[in-house]
Amino acid sequence: MNLDLRVPMGLMFTLTGMILTAFGLATRDNTALYARSLGIDANLWWGIVLLAFGIIMLTLGRRSQMRMAREEEKKGKTEIK
Amino acid sequence: MLLYFFFVLGIGFALKRYMKTSKDFFQAGRALPAWICGLAFISANLGAQEVIGMGASGAKYGLETAHFYGIGAIPAMIFVGIFMMPFYYGSKARSVPEFLRMRFDEKTRALNACSFAVMTVFSSGISMYAMARLIEALHVFDGLFRALGWPQGGIFTFSICLSALIVLLYIFLGGLTSAIYNEVLQFFLIVAGFLPLVLLGLKNIGGWSGLKASVPVAYMHEWKGMMHASTNPMGIDIIGVGMGLGFVLGSGYWCTDFLVIQTAMASHNMESARRVPLIAAVPKMLFPFLVIVPGLLALGLPTPHSTTVVRTENGVIYHEINVVPPEVEAGHGLIPAKVNPVTGKPMLDASGRPLLDYDMATPNLLLHYFPTGILGLGLTALLASFMSGMAGNVTAFNTVFTYDLYQSYIHKGASDRHYMAVGRWATVGGILLSICTAYAAINFNNIMDTLQLVFSFVNAPLFATFLLGMFWKRATGHGAFAGLITGTAAAMLHHGLTLPIEAHPGIHGGWITVLHHYPSDMAQNFYGAIYAFSANFVVAVVVSLFTKPYPESQLVGLVHSLTPKPSHEHLKWWKRPEALAVAILLVAVALNIFFA
Repeated sequence: MNLDLRVPMGLMFTLTGMILTAFGLATRDNTALYARSLGIDANLWWGIVLLAFGIIMLTLGRRSQMRMAREEEKKGKTEIK
Repeated sequence: MLLYFFFVLGIGFALKRYMKTSKDFFQAGRALPAWICGLAFISANLGAQEVIGMGASGAKYGLETAHFYGIGAIPAMIFVGIFMMPFYYGSKARSVPEFLRMRFDEKTRALNACSFAVMTVFSSGISMYAMARLIEALHVFDGLFRALGWPQGGIFTFSICLSALIVLLYIFLGGLTSAIYNEVLQFFLIVAGFLPLVLLGLKNIGGWSGLKASVPVAYMHEWKGMMHASTNPMGIDIIGVGMGLGFVLGSGYWCTDFLVIQTAMASHNMESARRVPLIAAVPKMLFPFLVIVPGLLALGLPTPHSTTVVRTENGVIYHEINVVPPEVEAGHGLIPAKVNPVTGKPMLDASGRPLLDYDMATPNLLLHYFPTGILGLGLTALLASFMSGMAGNVTAFNTVFTYDLYQSYIHKGASDRHYMAVGRWATVGGILLSICTAYAAINFNNIMDTLQLVFSFVNAPLFATFLLGMFWKRATGHGAFAGLITGTAAAMLHHGLTLPIEAHPGIHGGWITVLHHYPSDMAQNFYGAIYAFSANFVVAVVVSLFTKPYPESQLVGLVHSLTPKPSHEHLKWWKRPEALAVAILLVAVALNIFFA
């Protein structure tokens, strides 16, 4: 299988994280919005967490895919499925 | 949310290129790494019954619900990894019913394949129903419908069709691999959506000790009062839980249900296949915090009697105070009472108290805490959980249907291409049938109870058959078949003769005549499972002893005493499945003592 799941997964969380962080930053001063989450800017903080998670996944996935590609080259298998 | 749908379908399309043979389609080419399969292993089970049902049970029975994990799941997962996986994976069977044919005979397999196919359709239908109801209750599509001028009553149907279409599309394209990949994706999404919910809720209520103070004492202890049925909220004693849930229902589910086994069978070698359920057990231990605690939180928060909306217009502050509708008023905490759709009044149980709609516990908590933005993530996580449950059922259904029903009885010896096409169309058929079930699932108070009921009819006796088949070489096909029939019959008979207290005879039991009252429907389910298991076991042993045994040469690789043990000598000791299993068991015991 040539598709490492971590790549699309990392991509998705990175994007989601970016959107949430941006939204959280933009609505930082809106106290009415965050009244229900106890005054914590849940979007901003959780956005940052997801962003970090996404980037880690993406890096790991990319690295292993590169390694797989190198190994295939070593074996002399140049065919691309 | 759109982003998520986009990725889900994107994976389907990306994987379509790899789907060349039916093996790719049905078994993911047996080439996936263990961690992916491990996460998919629990994610397949992380459907409606898990997120909504566990929240509901958490609110209804308290922390005792964690027994579903500590006793029901963990030991069974370890058992399947250590003892049963060598036979499943090693026998080269492509599905659980196929294993039954190798070990026993054709009729046992046919029986199992048919009942299993029905069950998967049932489960995915319930998933779909729950999801549609949730979408309705949370008003996700209300804006869209108003904009398009469609009647609001169509939301239920619209949500069912939409979810069915998405699941259909990605399975149709990518088969099991696509389903597994998406299950893993959904797993992370669910964690991402529910972790902040639990954190916020706990912070609001004053941490763990605050939660303890706001719900009845018995709700916060896993083991307190377990010695006798009348002293704990679930109304069940230690024998019922240990035997019924731990030994029969839990093992029956995790060890024989192809829905979860299929993900382990997709891994790339025997070692990973054995490690899959063990890897899955690790996050499984932590899941009670994500799914049961929200139910407790919803119960512990004060019941709202009025809602206040504060808005500022031109410097003037307005306070709008609204009295809550009667179903919320009659509820407990954030859990509303169930409303009779005909009269519009809260429904009452046999002793006159309002029936609580426990299924709304987790969704209501979501709405209570999440602001716009992260709310979208939370809702997507909920929807993802429904879809992953549905997808697992659908892939299990198409495999069993194609290999065990179509290839064996309807059309033998066709080309591989043909079977793959059949598999794809079986997916379509399965989803259509699930839609029908979804409309039939409107009569129950707690989805979890419904599923347990179905499992106790079909799954509970099954585990006895596998146990005998794998560890007793004398067991024969006739014995297994007779046992299965008796077991299922015993389960139905038991259900027909008993009734949980406070329920009306009918779909909750007692439809023959009421001989015995159980304190709760969980207790009824657990004991039903015990009776089914025992009936199967006894009948299978007796019939086997009277019929001709199979020659031992036929059973190599299928029975424990005739199979060479898989050797892991080349692995370091801490990498062997057994070491992992012991570690998990120790942590599970520690968690149980901590929350006793």
